[in-house]
Amino acid sequence: MPLSASEPYDLAVIGAGSAGLAGAVTAGELGLSVALLDTSVQTGGQFYRTPAPTLGAVRPEALHHDWSAYTDLRRRLARSDVRHLPGHHVWSVTKDDEEGVGGGAGDGLWAVHAVTGADGGGERPVRVRARAVLLATGAYERQLPFPGWTLPGVVGAGGAQAMLKSGLVLPGRRVVVAGSGPLLLAVASSLAAAGARVPAVVEASGYLRYARHPRALATNPHKAAEALIHGAALLRHRVRLRPRSAVTEVHGTDRVEAVTVTRLDRDWRPVRGTGRRIACDALAVGHGLVPQIELATALDCATRPLPDGTRALALDGLQETSVRGLWAAGEAGGVGGAQLARLEGELAAVAVAARILGRPAHAGRVRELGRRRERMRAFADAMAAVHAPAPGWPRWLTDDTDVCRCEEVTAGRIREAVEDLGARDGRTVKLLTRAGMGWCQGRMCGAAVACLAARGRTAEPPAERRPFATPVPLSALATLDDPTMPLVTESEGPADDPGGHTTTTFEPDASPGDS
Amino acid sequence: MARTPAELVGAQPGPPFRITFDGRAVTALPGQSVAAALWGAGILAWRTTRVGGRPRGAFCGIGQCYDCLATINGEPNRRACLVPARPGDTITTQEGHGRAALGV
Ligand code: FES
Repeated sequence: MPLSASEPYDLAVIGAGSAGLAGAVTAGELGLSVALLDTSVQTGGQFYRTPAPTLGAVRPEALHHDWSAYTDLRRRLARSDVRHLPGHHVWSVTKDDEEGVGGGAGDGLWAVHAVTGADGGGERPVRVRARAVLLATGAYERQLPFPGWTLPGVVGAGGAQAMLKSGLVLPGRRVVVAGSGPLLLAVASSLAAAGARVPAVVEASGYLRYARHPRALATNPHKAAEALIHGAALLRHRVRLRPRSAVTEVHGTDRVEAVTVTRLDRDWRPVRGTGRRIACDALAVGHGLVPQIELATALDCATRPLPDGTRALALDGLQETSVRGLWAAGEAGGVGGAQLARLEGELAAVAVAARILGRPAHAGRVRELGRRRERMRAFADAMAAVHAPAPGWPRWLTDDTDVCRCEEVTAGRIREAVEDLGARDGRTVKLLTRAGMGWCQGRMCGAAVACLAARGRTAEPPAERRPFATPVPLSALATLDDPTMPLVTESEGPADDPGGHTTTTFEPDASPGDS
Repeated sequence: MARTPAELVGAQPGPPFRITFDGRAVTALPGQSVAAALWGAGILAWRTTRVGGRPRGAFCGIGQCYDCLATINGEPNRRACLVPARPGDTITTQEGHGRAALGV
């Protein structure tokens, strides 16, 4: 195993969820040396998020679907030589073209830059070098703002799920689940199974719209089965499903006390006089998932628009991005679920191995994986189309609704930037209002701001350009040009890192008050 | 039917321990993040915003939104949803940009 600075890895995999795990173990089994970096201490990504071993969960699978697929990957990882690097927050990937010492084709080497520690708190900067990189960075939740969504007790639907799976906690006892997309059903059924009352699942789209995609449904029967399983669980827990509705207001002063659920027309505009108050102490909300692609777009990788207005990486038939040597698998190429992610991770690994080892990939295996990939991608596209936000949703907003949670920029100020000052895209709105300039760098508000800037026309999806994929301590940046910095993460870490314990964090657009 | 998440997964955690939140004792389980321990105690907010002074806590749960920033053992701007709780941790509500102590 190449552990010394002079010997780079064949493949660096970023993300240890379904796609990254499948990619890493497959590449390892094909003879490549592999480093697998992930922010979390445990493998599994968001889908297979598990409680820490010290919580002693005897039946972690009670919170999961398709658990055996994960235990299988975990077993293969344990048997492999793959170097698992947990607690590594990757903030940049760069190409070192001058070196010319890479694999096969004389390509340069990739450098993957990370900061370590539970929350990337700058414990130490790390650089991993590799001949090829597989991005398996997954997705984060899309949020559409509404009055009251910043009140404590309003949490992301995925966030509620994540906290439940890893920390075995609930945000409240009576939790309304709202937004759009199939994740809502999974979240509602796990919250209910874990003891929460779920008075309603509020879905902005209508499920009947799936009927417009008969082929995608017919060729993906397991997806229909999944929906039935969730549906049955919801029935058992007496959860009411309210399609074509949205939470248009949250009530409470210090925390959630109730929500107003309003019917929507087909453009997602609230129908007057249909608001109904539902008492609850928490609201779990999300409007689908956004591919997390900023490491790739920083390298100028081509992207493609998805039917729900988000953007994913454009990939070829073998999962390679438009940048040679940089592959992607799973949600970064379009949100399609864990099964598709596993398959794409495997396909990418087969392709990387063929390139690096200089021999053709097994044609039969590639064909079969490619065929199944197309089928599942078709379903993913249908799903994205069904749950795509319709143009009327900004009618939920009042002028004083915060759109950007970090910088507390209201809908009124964004409207002013668009209507009075002529902003036409998210970037201009950002410059005029500071929306998207805070800690999260627009991850929470980017989709909404782009929509508001488009004034009801189809929004240009945000380009997801962020100079840093995670805030980075200045000390980590300072070591970038330092030739003495260790290249590979052995347990020793950098020998001397004078600034390594500072909490100074570089924020690209931090306000003067922040530094 | 399970009444708690711990029952659902048959959790047999290691011995619980104490942390404090704004001086109040909170029980945490080994393996829980600071945010999870606070949620477990029914605490949903541990930060006030810079502009409006509004309460906030964990939102995304996975390290993306930075709404969960807390002052942990005197260090501001730690993402509570990612930082594991440790015995004796002192969590304090983070006000504004979290650098009040520095006077900036
Ligand atoms: S809850 Fe979003 S970063 Fe911690």
